[in-house]
Amino acid sequence: MSTHSSSHVHAKPAPVGGPLFNAVTLISGVLILTMAVILLVRFVYGLGSVTALNDGYPWGIWIAVDVVIGSAFACGGFSVAMLVYIFNKGEYHPLVRPALLASLLGYTLAGVGVIFDLGRWWNVWNMFWPGSVNPNSVMFEVAVCITAYIMVMWIEFAPTFFEKFGMDNAKRKLSKFMFAIIALGTLLPMMHQSSLGTLLVVMGEQVHPLWQTPTLPALYLLSAITMGYAVVLFESCLASAAYRRSIEMHLLTPLAKVMLGMLAAFLILRLGDLVVRGALPRAFGLSLEAVFFWLEMLCFIAPFFVIGSAANRRNPAKLFVAGILLMLGGALLRLNGFLIAYQPVIGVETSGVNFSYFPTLPELLVTVGMFAIEVFAYIVITRRFPVLPREEVKPA
Amino acid sequence: MAASIFEVDRESLSALEQRLQMPRREFLQFCATVAATLGLPAGAEAAVAKAVESAQRPSVIWLHFQECTGCSESLLRAEHPTIEKLILDVISLDYHETLMVAAGHQAEAARKDAMKAHKGKYVLVVEGAIPTKENGIYCKIGGHTAIDLLKECAADAAAVIAIGSCASWGGMPSTIPSLAGADSSPTGASGVAEVLGKPVVTIPGCPPNPYNFLATVVHFLTFGALPPVDKLGRPLFAYGRLIHESCERRAHFDAGRFAMQFGDEGHRKGYCLYKLGCKGPETYANCPTLGFNDVGESAWPVACGHPCIGCSEKGVGFQKPIHAVAKMLNVVPPTQYPRISEDVGKGASFASAAALAAIAGAAAGGAVMVAKNLGLSHQAAELEKAKDSKPKAEV
Repeated sequence: MSTHSSSHVHAKPAPVGGPLFNAVTLISGVLILTMAVILLVRFVYGLGSVTALNDGYPWGIWIAVDVVIGSAFACGGFSVAMLVYIFNKGEYHPLVRPALLASLLGYTLAGVGVIFDLGRWWNVWNMFWPGSVNPNSVMFEVAVCITAYIMVMWIEFAPTFFEKFGMDNAKRKLSKFMFAIIALGTLLPMMHQSSLGTLLVVMGEQVHPLWQTPTLPALYLLSAITMGYAVVLFESCLASAAYRRSIEMHLLTPLAKVMLGMLAAFLILRLGDLVVRGALPRAFGLSLEAVFFWLEMLCFIAPFFVIGSAANRRNPAKLFVAGILLMLGGALLRLNGFLIAYQPVIGVETSGVNFSYFPTLPELLVTVGMFAIEVFAYIVITRRFPVLPREEVKPA
Repeated sequence: MAASIFEVDRESLSALEQRLQMPRREFLQFCATVAATLGLPAGAEAAVAKAVESAQRPSVIWLHFQECTGCSESLLRAEHPTIEKLILDVISLDYHETLMVAAGHQAEAARKDAMKAHKGKYVLVVEGAIPTKENGIYCKIGGHTAIDLLKECAADAAAVIAIGSCASWGGMPSTIPSLAGADSSPTGASGVAEVLGKPVVTIPGCPPNPYNFLATVVHFLTFGALPPVDKLGRPLFAYGRLIHESCERRAHFDAGRFAMQFGDEGHRKGYCLYKLGCKGPETYANCPTLGFNDVGESAWPVACGHPCIGCSEKGVGFQKPIHAVAKMLNVVPPTQYPRISEDVGKGASFASAAALAAIAGAAAGGAVMVAKNLGLSHQAAELEKAKDSKPKAEV
């Protein structure tokens, strides 16, 4: 990646090293195996054998969490790349590769996770077959865009593997058109992250007024970018705590400020929209939706109190907590729209059909397994491949 | 076919208004309807309009044989107020036993005159089967048998259209009686193509939808040729698909929801009539999409709760018992059906709620631990910094 400004000299990425077998990888491995067994049952006996999905709730946590929230969590790569390459903030470059790795894993798993949820998964190729596609469908846009982005990210991340295996020639050749790949890599997430919001727009009145708004695409995009920075804070703090490395506070502190700016923009749009549409009074009743709305708001507003002051932004513990809060807020925004504030049948009293959904244990274990794969792969790749910046040896 | 309907000359349209006593808007609507029925591309309505407004009215000779006049009736009783006006204006109906004023020798003379005047140009429409047993003595008009009349009129016709199931293959009169030893119909009723020994366009149905006939005639007017047909002579635009394919009750068939007897719960709920003997799966016609009587798509037998009897299909209509289950031609019923009762979800189970709580607890606990460690190391670093900076301050 020769595109970054030469005025910033960074430590080259290097493998962290260390054992691949430890308590975390072992636990992750067990969780992944559990997931594999459940998925085997799912693919042999069908969705009904392991999930609580029904005609009212055809989408459960495998879509709402694994795909929608999972891909939003995976926006770190996109958010940082945008900062570095579009706003030309080269100083953040050391954050790109680790963020990209997390994004790569998150998106790849989200893409694969869609197949788990497809009732007739063997028809999935129709999604890309020119004669079968419906170009007017939001889901088509999301499917094609996410697939394209996954491929783009693997190309973007390829230099890491080239470096590991000494394929300098390939790396040099790739670097010639890397700028185009990076451009695509910032464009595609903008398209599908907003389209994920559009998925809810087309559901109309089935989504509670606190979450149903024409601005959903913008809200989803803004919150995804914000969550991207939050994930970088979270991941950097966690990685340095786990690997006992020093934290790149000189990068994270200003990044946190950028994140707060994005968050403010998001909140202005979110609350402004609620006020303009006159939906805000719905938040002041005693209902499940209202409770979850305030939980979500709490997660979005609390970061201003946690890291609002410059002194607090220098404290990694506070950055870590703020990152988690923001990730939770973004996750709740999505979970609320897709499941909690989603009402399949309007007018339950008259129709007499009252659908309900709560994930089954196997469903939960598959979602946990997906996150376990991410942890497992992150550890293996960072320990063996040049992703994290080389630790500078400081004189004692 | 790039012409637009707006290019149709206004003056000729107003002349048409006078002639048909029909508002221009209704006329153009009619042209669009016919073009759509024929499955023609957008813009074709202009060609249709041009043809109808300007074409010389082709002479039509309409023969009636072994039938009930239901086809003529359906054409004339169309609810659309202007269809009969149009059909009588678009074509010059020179011989039609039910409609013409003339009688006896005068009527026959009209037929002969028309045949002579429009030799090789007139359209022959045949309604009813032709009895062939005993040299066709079972149906005579003016002393001539149906066979002779048909052959005489067809000889110089530009096109022959057999309207209704009887003219198409024999229809109801060709049904073999359920008598011991009977192996053919008493009169040997046959279709037009069989008697003439050459293929003709057939519009089967009992009665057929008037629009299918009208569209065929207008196609002839517009393009100078009859529309493409299948191997039984049926226009593909109308008989290209099975009733089963576009039936509004098809979803019930696929889901295994059937009416088992007339008036049962499934029948009242509008379930599929396949098990009551509906012949939709083996009958080619556009009844579900076109409907009858100009009142929309839901005016046809199946929509009214009666199974299709397959009236437009030789070997099905008037032959198979109405209650007999249809043979599936191109769709095999699934071996498994989805459940009819909907699963509405059970809510949280103890195990899943406990697991969710455990996951949340573990994540929260982990986060607190990491935050605590980060905080401690930060404190230590700050202290270190403070220590480092103190001696400097003293220097």
